[in-house]
Amino acid sequence: MKPSVFWRLADDIPKPMSTALMVLSIAVPFALWWLVASLDLVNDKFLPSPLQVAQALGRLWTDGFLVGDTAASIMRVTVGFALAALVSVPIGIAMGAFASVRSLLEPIIGVVRYMPPPAFIPLLVIYLGLGEAPKIALIFMGTVFFNILMIMDAVKFVPKALLETTYTLGGQRRQALFQVITPYVVPNIIDTFRINIATSWSLVVVAELVAAENGLGKRIVLAQKFFNTDEIFACLIILGVIGFALDLSLRGLMKATCKWAVD
Amino acid sequence: MHLEINNLSKQFDTSQGSVLALDDINMHVETGEFVCAVGASGSGKSTLLRLVAGLDMPTTGEITVDGQAVTGPGSDRGMIFQSYTLYPWMSVQKNVEFGLKLQGVGPKERREMASYYLDVVGLTKFARSLPKQLSGGMKQRVAIARTLASRPKIMLMDEPFGALDVQTKETMQQFMLDLWNRTGVSILMITHDVDEAVFLSQRIYVLTAHPGTIQREVFVDLPSDRDYTIRRDRAFQDTREGIMDLLRGKTAPALVS
Repeated sequence: MKPSVFWRLADDIPKPMSTALMVLSIAVPFALWWLVASLDLVNDKFLPSPLQVAQALGRLWTDGFLVGDTAASIMRVTVGFALAALVSVPIGIAMGAFASVRSLLEPIIGVVRYMPPPAFIPLLVIYLGLGEAPKIALIFMGTVFFNILMIMDAVKFVPKALLETTYTLGGQRRQALFQVITPYVVPNIIDTFRINIATSWSLVVVAELVAAENGLGKRIVLAQKFFNTDEIFACLIILGVIGFALDLSLRGLMKATCKWAVD
Repeated sequence: MHLEINNLSKQFDTSQGSVLALDDINMHVETGEFVCAVGASGSGKSTLLRLVAGLDMPTTGEITVDGQAVTGPGSDRGMIFQSYTLYPWMSVQKNVEFGLKLQGVGPKERREMASYYLDVVGLTKFARSLPKQLSGGMKQRVAIARTLASRPKIMLMDEPFGALDVQTKETMQQFMLDLWNRTGVSILMITHDVDEAVFLSQRIYVLTAHPGTIQREVFVDLPSDRDYTIRRDRAFQDTREGIMDLLRGKTAPALVS
């Protein structure tokens, strides 16, 4: 029996089919939402229609909240994640390259990374107050350990023969570390960031739900107080779109800088 | 160049006890020679080459190059591995330059040397390509150019054509022989392929397994500018069958040794 195109196992499908399915992926849930909302099955206080959400978006835009809150959230994610990246790259590479550093750091990181970052919020507030610092610290803590462990794993996959070749070409250990191991794992580092930045995007909202003066999380809390579900929907869509854009831009960065690692 | 290996042995300590991989190895390679060591798996031939490269240390015995004891890896003993070892993020040109870069050679000289050796291996056209765009045989040619660019005293080759298909392998063997004739580089190569060893080298060390020891040193009495037709030669076939017999554990009176 000929396997149908749709169920091809671990194989590509024709481009038009893939494009059509990708359009359906967005269009079907959207159409369902529109349908349910327009049939008045649910009170529109609970389920606003796409139109109402669009109007809410417009309102947030003209009030200036949309730009202000989005900017505040993006700022926190950027600073927190940038700090985590700055710390995790050297530590991750060092742990992957040196068994000694691995033995020294892996146990403690292994334990701490299972402590849920939101559980640290009360402590962070006690230590750092209510300003930007605790939010940035939360994002940092929530992503730095996973970044480190994933980069460490990537280093372990650097082929041994590549390092030995370097030595037989006259290379020193230092050169092997900086000129062979490090460039080899750059694509893995970008991928690691792409995966873990999603976590930081969740954590910024968690932090803003607890205590903040602005940010998309704060906007959601305020909308809840006034029962403005349309604004909540609007904020959720913004969060999704920005997250997706971040993902795409990191994929783009990978394609632009690591042609050798992209098919 | 004079490579000498004296009373070499190598023991590996494993959880099941210690294993003697190489025992009482004595051999040498002189300037401009193409020498092969053949043996089945378990003969410790890869270990032998790693010891010469300085990637492992012998348990007893000594390896010297021009009287200097080998204490670690260095560019005087360039190595070609069976697996492809091009740096995937560097262009072919940058790969060939990389050894020189590691040694602190300036950019201009680096470029010139790399271009010269890319021409020697016939891959000038591919200088800007990435390794992933090359076939297996081409990758090994780039690796050879990269090693030659460092002007090693001796080039060590660890079954360099083991991963290639039969046709490519034959092409590469001819390429290797021509390259050796043109450049005069000294080569120590290990292989399990007796035919390959006889085709390429002037001297062959036949290794037996468990532990790896040198059973016989065989001189290949054939002209140095060979091509595939030499495989039909009586002398070629006698040498090959003689070595096969040695590896089968039989005596081989026909061999020159």
